Amino acid sequence: MKLLLAALAFVILTPVVCGLLAGFDRIITAKMQGRYGPPLLQPFFDVLKLFEKENLMVNQFYHSFYLICYLVFMVASGILFFTGQDLLLVIFAFTLADIFLVLAAYSTNSPFSFIGAERELLLMMSAEPMLLIAAVGLFMATKSFKVGSIASVADLNTILLLPGVFIGLLFILTIKLRKSPFDLSTSHHAHQEIVKGVTTEFAGPSLALVEIAHWYETAIMLGIIYLFFAGNPVIAVSVVLVAYFVEILIDNTFARFKWELTLKSSWAVTFIFGGLNLIVLFIIEKVKI
Amino acid sequence: MSFITKSPWIVHYDGSSCNGCDIEVLACLTPMYDVERFGIINTGNPKHADIFLITGYVNTQNVDVIKNIYRKMPDPKVVVAIGICASTGNFFRECYNALGGVDTIIPVDVYVPGCAARPEAIIDGVVKALGILDQKKNKTYVAPVKPEGVII
Repeated sequence: MKLLLAALAFVILTPVVCGLLAGFDRIITAKMQGRYGPPLLQPFFDVLKLFEKENLMVNQFYHSFYLICYLVFMVASGILFFTGQDLLLVIFAFTLADIFLVLAAYSTNSPFSFIGAERELLLMMSAEPMLLIAAVGLFMATKSFKVGSIASVADLNTILLLPGVFIGLLFILTIKLRKSPFDLSTSHHAHQEIVKGVTTEFAGPSLALVEIAHWYETAIMLGIIYLFFAGNPVIAVSVVLVAYFVEILIDNTFARFKWELTLKSSWAVTFIFGGLNLIVLFIIEKVKI
Repeated sequence: MSFITKSPWIVHYDGSSCNGCDIEVLACLTPMYDVERFGIINTGNPKHADIFLITGYVNTQNVDVIKNIYRKMPDPKVVVAIGICASTGNFFRECYNALGGVDTIIPVDVYVPGCAARPEAIIDGVVKALGILDQKKNKTYVAPVKPEGVII
């Protein structure tokens, strides 16, 4: 019963909280650029407007089927996370959801979508190793893959054991939040041409689904950041907010990377910070025994 | 009230403009005018757009492009002709390659004349277009008889 309530709360609250977060994001971004910025509720207006529009579909079945799968698996992944289930399962469901977005983009037969879909796959290649390393690192530090028991065990010691993993995770957070310099496959900003990437062919309600799924995605990523400090909720929430603010700052100060640099830099960070951290943890455990 | 007036996204196409009007359209996005205050975003993608801004007259090269962009926009949608060239064809109207203003090939809802149209006039035109967009959404829009559209 408690799990059901947690799941329900996640499904209902996430669009509200992450929509507001996106609203703050846009206002802060505008202030950084010396503009006044849109109203706080703008992301909600955008999504509600998209539902009022005509749903132009290139490929009637696959288009909407894959997009609905994208949303469903993203929500499922979030429910698994916020009800304290297995972290590996969360990451696999999360990856599967992204795969459905790529398939939806491929099903539209547009060259712009194709480029976007390929770049989305590249971004997944860049980000997924670090997510898995984070799961393994949390397991080594807390002796559990269950989000529930990680959250109950995690304390200051966790972050002291996993500084490299945390830095690596912050690095790929930029990829997962679709922020510059890693907004290769699609972007929040009003960029032109191929940058709209995977979402190029989605009109009206289809685009709204992508937007809502992205809110859930944001919630899961910020949730994983939270997990490192779960022992102290006050510190955890402030770390999450600071991380998000830094992401906005990075978004506004960097130009877009080419895909080669994206892949190389994210793998370098993954293996230097994440990999070395795991090796050090392994040695520490051996020495203890 | 519909949400479409709260978040109108724009696609901007440069027909055969001299770039005067284009620069004024882009000036609307700068900190000086900042149309994102009204939720307006320049998407560059017709499938995401609600408002089609065209600068410059129609010629034989871009006639298909303009029709294509118009067809790809999901309903409800409005077309705003920016500058005197897009509105009437201006003095290019009689050129060997010119077909005239934008309304010779697609229905135009709002005309923003000027050479170049001022950013204030463009914002004013887009706000007029929002009213028409709202009417189209509620299916209460009645297309005016010639001369078409609202003249600012």
